[in-house]
Amino acid sequence: MNLENFLIVAAIIFAIGLYGAMAKRNAITVLMSIELMFNAVNITAVAFSRYVVPQALLGNPETTADTAARFLLTGQIFSVFIITVAAAEVALGLAIVLAIFRQRSSIYVTDVAELKK
Amino acid sequence: MSIHDLYLLSPEISLAALGALLILVDLVVKRKGILPALAVLGLIVPLAFSISLWSDLAGDNTTHLPGLFNAMVVDHFSLFLKFVLLAAVVVVILASTEYVKKIQRFQAEYFALILFSATGMMLLASTTELITIYISLELTALPIAALAAFRRDSRSTEAGLKFLILSAISSAVLLYGMVIVYGFTGTTSLAAIANQISQMTLTSGTPFGSNALLFGIVLIIAGFGFKIASVPFQMWAPDVYEGSPTPITAFLSVASKTAGFAVILRVFYVAFPLDTLSLDWGALFAVLSALSMTLGNLVAIRQTNIKRMMGYSTVAHAGYILMGLAAVSARASGGEAALGPSGVLFYLGGFAATNLAAFTVIIAVSNRIKSHEIDDYAGVGRRAPLLAAVLTLSMLSLIGLPPGVGFWAKIYLFGAAVNTGLGWLVVIGVVNSVVSAYYYLRVVKAMYLSEPQSDVKISFGFPMRLAVGVSFAATLFFGLYPTPLLNLARTAAGALIS
Repeated sequence: MNLENFLIVAAIIFAIGLYGAMAKRNAITVLMSIELMFNAVNITAVAFSRYVVPQALLGNPETTADTAARFLLTGQIFSVFIITVAAAEVALGLAIVLAIFRQRSSIYVTDVAELKK
Repeated sequence: MSIHDLYLLSPEISLAALGALLILVDLVVKRKGILPALAVLGLIVPLAFSISLWSDLAGDNTTHLPGLFNAMVVDHFSLFLKFVLLAAVVVVILASTEYVKKIQRFQAEYFALILFSATGMMLLASTTELITIYISLELTALPIAALAAFRRDSRSTEAGLKFLILSAISSAVLLYGMVIVYGFTGTTSLAAIANQISQMTLTSGTPFGSNALLFGIVLIIAGFGFKIASVPFQMWAPDVYEGSPTPITAFLSVASKTAGFAVILRVFYVAFPLDTLSLDWGALFAVLSALSMTLGNLVAIRQTNIKRMMGYSTVAHAGYILMGLAAVSARASGGEAALGPSGVLFYLGGFAATNLAAFTVIIAVSNRIKSHEIDDYAGVGRRAPLLAAVLTLSMLSLIGLPPGVGFWAKIYLFGAAVNTGLGWLVVIGVVNSVVSAYYYLRVVKAMYLSEPQSDVKISFGFPMRLAVGVSFAATLFFGLYPTPLLNLARTAAGALIS
C-alpha cells in the first residue's frame, strides 16, 4: 500500500459524494453524499499525515520528538475536527429537513422550490 | 495558553459569552424587549477590547501581537475587520427588533445565533492556520443556516436547506483543497506553507508551478467563491436572500461577505505570496471578477423582488471587490504594494455602510407594506419621505455616485486595478456600474413617480430609526470625508503585506 492508492480511493469517493449531492432528489441522500465528501477528505488527510514527512524534519538533527509529533499528527488532528464539524452540520441539516417535512410532507429537494429560479 | 492569549482572544470570547448570556437572561426575564437592548449594550465589551488591542499595537509599534500558538494573529488587518463586523452586527440587531417581536418563542436564540456567527467571522479575520480557518468558517455558516430557516414557514426552511447543503458542499471542496495543500507542504500554518513553497523548485510551465498546488488552490478558490457568492458559485445567493428573514439577509450580504474576503486576503497574501504564484491567482480572480460583475448586474435587471434584486446586486459587488484581489502587487509598476488589499478593505467598509443603509430602509418599509415587490414601493416617497431619501442616496452610492461612500470606494478600487495593468477589467467594471444604475434607479422611480396605493404614513420605532440613522450617517460621512476610513484601510492592508 502506498500513498497513491489512498489518494485515488479518496478522489473516487469524493467524486461519488459530489455527484450524489448534486443529482439526488432525497434530502437525506444529499446529506449522506455530503458525508461521503467529508470522509474522502478525511482519508486524504490521514494518508498524507502517514506518508508525507515535511522537508523541515528530514535529515534535520535538531528535530525534537515534540516538533516531529506536531508535524506528523497534523493531518489526523485535522480529520478529527472535520468529523466533529460534519456531525454538527448533519444534525442541523436533519433539523431543517424535519421542519420542511412538517411543512410539505415531503423531503424531496425538487419539491422544495417555491423560491423563484 | 496564557492570560495574554486570553486577552488576545478577548473580543471573540466576550462576543460568544454575550450570546450565551442572552439565552440565560431569556430564561428569567418576562419582558423580552430588553434582549436587543442588552445585546447592543453588551457589544460595547468586544468593541472596547478591540480598541484596546488596536492601541496596544500602536503603542508598541509592532505589526502584530504574538501568541495563540501562531494559529491566530492580532494585527491591524484583523482589528479593522472586527470593527466593521461589530458595526454591522449592531445595525443588524437594531434592525431586527421589530421583526423579532413577531416571533413568539426563541427571541434570545435569534440574537444569540447572530452573535455566535459574528464570533466566527471575527475569528476568521485573525486566523493564520488552515484548521482554524475551517472551524471558524463553519462557526460562521451553521448559525446563519439556522437563522435563514428561523421563521419555519415553507420559504424560510427552503432558504435554510439550500444554504446548508450548498455551504456544506463548498466546505468539502474547500477542505479537499486545504488538505492537498497540506499534503504538498506538510504543514497547515499559512506562513510555514509560504516558507515551504519558497524552498521548492517550481516548474514554470504549469500554472502555480506544480499540479498539486494548481489542484489545491483552485479547489480553495472554489470553496471561498461560494462564501462570497462570486460567479460561478452564486446560485444559492438569490434564493437564500429572498427566503431568509430580511435582517438576516442584510447580515449575510454585509458581514458574511466581509469575513469571506478577509479570509481570502489572508490565505492568499500570507500562504501564496510568491510573485509567480500571485500572478496566477491574480489572473484567476480577474476572470471571476469580470464574470461576477457582468452576470450579477444583468440578472438583477430582470428581478421584481427587491430582496432578490439585492441578492444579485451583492453578487455584482463581489465582482467589484474581486478586482482588488486581482490587482496583486507583483503587477504593480513601482506603486504601493498594498494598493489592491487596501482597496478591498476600503470597499468592504464602504459597502457595509451603504448596503446596511439600503437594507434597513427595506426592512422598515417592508414591515409596513408587507411586500418585497418593487412595484409595491410605489409612493413610498410620499408615505415616508425620509426613508425614501435614505434609500435613494444609498442606491446612488451602490451605483458608485456621490455623495455616498460608494463613489470613493469604486474610484479607489478601480484606480488600484488601473495601476496594476488591469485596464480591461476596469472598463468592464465601469460599463457594469452604468448597467447597474438601471435597476437601482428603478426602485427610486417606483418610490417617487408611481401613485401610492394608500396614503397612510409609514412609521417606525426608535431602534429602527437608530439603525437607519447610524448606517446612513456612516455612508454620508465617509462619502464626504473618506480620509479616515481610507487611512484605516491602508494601515490594515500594510499589516498583511509585511
